[in-house]
Amino acid sequence: MDRLTRRETIAIGAGGLSAAGLIGQPAHAAIPTANVPLPKHPLEAGATLRVIRPTKFVDPDETIWRENTEKFTKATGVPVRTDFVGWEDIRAQVAVAARTGAGPDIVAGWANDPHLYEDKILDMTELAGYLGKKYGGWGALPLVYGRKHGTQKWLSIPMGCGGGALVYRKSWVNQAGYEKPPNELDKFLDLCRKLHAAKHPVGWALGNSQGDGNGTATWLLWAHGAYQVDEAGKVAINSKETVAALKYSAELYKTFIPGTLSWLDPSNNKAYIAEEISMTSNGVSIYFVLKNDPKTAAIAADTEHMRLPGAKGNVYPEAANTLNAMAFKHTKYPNAAKEYLRFMMEAEQYDPWLTKCLGYWAHPLLAYDQSDCWKLDPKILPYRDAQKMTRYDGYKGPFSSAAAAATAEYVLVQMVASAASGQSTPEDAAKEAERRLARIYRKA
Amino acid sequence: MDATTWVAKRTKPNWLARLFDYKPFLIAVCLAPALGLLLVFLTYPLGLGIYLAFTDTEIGGNGSWVGLENFIALAEDPIFINSVWNTMFYTIVATLGKFVLGLWLALLLNQHIPFKSVLRAIILLPYIVPTVLSAIAFWWIYDPQFSIISYVLVDQLHIMDHYIDFLGTPWAARWSLIVANIWRGIPFVAITLLAGLQTISPSLYEAALLDGASPWQQFRHITSPLLMPILAIVMTFSVLFTFTDFQLVYAITRGGPLNATHLMATLAFQRGIPGAQLGEGAAIAVAMIPFLIFATLFSYYALGRRKWQQGSSDE
Repeated sequence: MDRLTRRETIAIGAGGLSAAGLIGQPAHAAIPTANVPLPKHPLEAGATLRVIRPTKFVDPDETIWRENTEKFTKATGVPVRTDFVGWEDIRAQVAVAARTGAGPDIVAGWANDPHLYEDKILDMTELAGYLGKKYGGWGALPLVYGRKHGTQKWLSIPMGCGGGALVYRKSWVNQAGYEKPPNELDKFLDLCRKLHAAKHPVGWALGNSQGDGNGTATWLLWAHGAYQVDEAGKVAINSKETVAALKYSAELYKTFIPGTLSWLDPSNNKAYIAEEISMTSNGVSIYFVLKNDPKTAAIAADTEHMRLPGAKGNVYPEAANTLNAMAFKHTKYPNAAKEYLRFMMEAEQYDPWLTKCLGYWAHPLLAYDQSDCWKLDPKILPYRDAQKMTRYDGYKGPFSSAAAAATAEYVLVQMVASAASGQSTPEDAAKEAERRLARIYRKA
Repeated sequence: MDATTWVAKRTKPNWLARLFDYKPFLIAVCLAPALGLLLVFLTYPLGLGIYLAFTDTEIGGNGSWVGLENFIALAEDPIFINSVWNTMFYTIVATLGKFVLGLWLALLLNQHIPFKSVLRAIILLPYIVPTVLSAIAFWWIYDPQFSIISYVLVDQLHIMDHYIDFLGTPWAARWSLIVANIWRGIPFVAITLLAGLQTISPSLYEAALLDGASPWQQFRHITSPLLMPILAIVMTFSVLFTFTDFQLVYAITRGGPLNATHLMATLAFQRGIPGAQLGEGAAIAVAMIPFLIFATLFSYYALGRRKWQQGSSDE
């Protein structure tokens, strides 16, 4: 990280110093704030907090988080212990904490987790209102994930949105005759075919991978107007839109590099960095790694990002992986818990975290559009808008444990993978997904 | 009072001593700690697991009794049926592989060869490395883009013109996992069988030599019957370990491609923990029990027959 900081600092001069979070610099003048009175959270005597959150994919995510937490302890005297937990384990830990009323006070969990345990967690309306007013309002996706469905009540504090943008090699796309990947799906397919013909295949994860695999499936489905359940939570996957999406997937799959059926989350990162593929979709972590290694700087320079194709107007076929923090009612120190979340979301702490992670967790609060994070490197701009997505896990249904289970069971990924690889017809794949979803949603 | 009728005056033992002299009580007291451990750490979890299999419990929610509903749903679930089939195939092929290679290795190591003890230590290596680490190593070996095997065959030796997709098609993935499992399981079989071989008295072989027995006859009539008791035990353990294997599969394929390599254990975990369907996951785990009991009984009774061990044929 030192190297990155130094380079950025040299590149953009004094502005970068504050962005890099150096002590003694004027505090984050770039973030416009409104003057809003602090919510009153008198700290409980002898408070201590235990926090769990998902493990890092980029180093500063952990180091800056820990630094900020130490600052909180110094300022308030409240000791905080943060545990970093594997991505797949968070959901189970939230469930156990909610059920047993013991364990962590705060969990920065996944997008829909707080909605499953709304009667076990603290009301965040006041704190969310304060943050929203101070920092220019919440984005569309945090509004979906933060508030109880169809109400004004806040259940959680969305902390960051990990968008999955298209990552591509500019020169190879140009050689294929395109200025940039087109938004129209048929033209996009044409581009992928040309890239494949030029021995620069594309690749999307179709294995049982939590982040990338599910992202691939929902992108293809949503881009064709398909969805797993309707507004009432009734299974609606077996539709002509789904079949159209699956037929498209089968065509697109022919342009993939071999082996994507077994790809897990790190696979597309590895393949892209090794220049085996010309295009995929991912969080900012691929670019982060390329940029920080002098050996791959040339690849970084040739890498661009954009929104996934298939957008209709302002509706993008993407959901960002949202880090959604909740505090449990069983905590003995509810004020300390809220105060900790407030502290972490204030610009002095939040902006360095955002910036040093190169926007890995893009901000949910609109004022951070002005963060230096997005000025340091125009290439990562698509990640800035992760909170403007309106699709979510389990779209179009209400939030439920069934939606989370369908994601964890890879129902959609496996449907797309079986149709794409030709192991079953699109119609059969949709029917099998319908069967599995009906089982998972039987109680919802 | 004369000496012949004198009876030593015995102090009447107090109630505590009498209590401890009372056999049923003593048995109960001595058994209590062991029983307690068994109850808390074996019976209760097993009982709870079996109970959960008949409910629709989710993680973080209370379930209700649904009877056989989970099992009925599983019986119609092609993914579950496939996992049962996979588990059987995986167990049978991997166990056979481990035994053939393990026995061969044990026989070789039983010979007088130079650096015998060093070699014996080395072959234990796969067993010493934590399974998850070796699984990750195999994950790289089988990577569709970065496999060392593909690299050697395609880029160095130019024998093939495309990389091998080890984990991308169901059969390739199954065989890849079986190879990894055999690699990991051989040392256990080899070392235990080697221990068994060393208990066989050399005089038996000397006698056989004098009678003019060929090496095959020696193996057939001395080694194999005398090795049979330990073989039965090792076989039982090996079948149990393989049948319940989890780490290799979960780390390398996570059940993919398209659930083609899910074993019952991985599917039970997948449904029960990440999928939060605790009841259904428990039902899959419970469905493993009959298979395990059958495998254990088979190893014990089929391989542990006394007559056979003593070198005569069955009546």
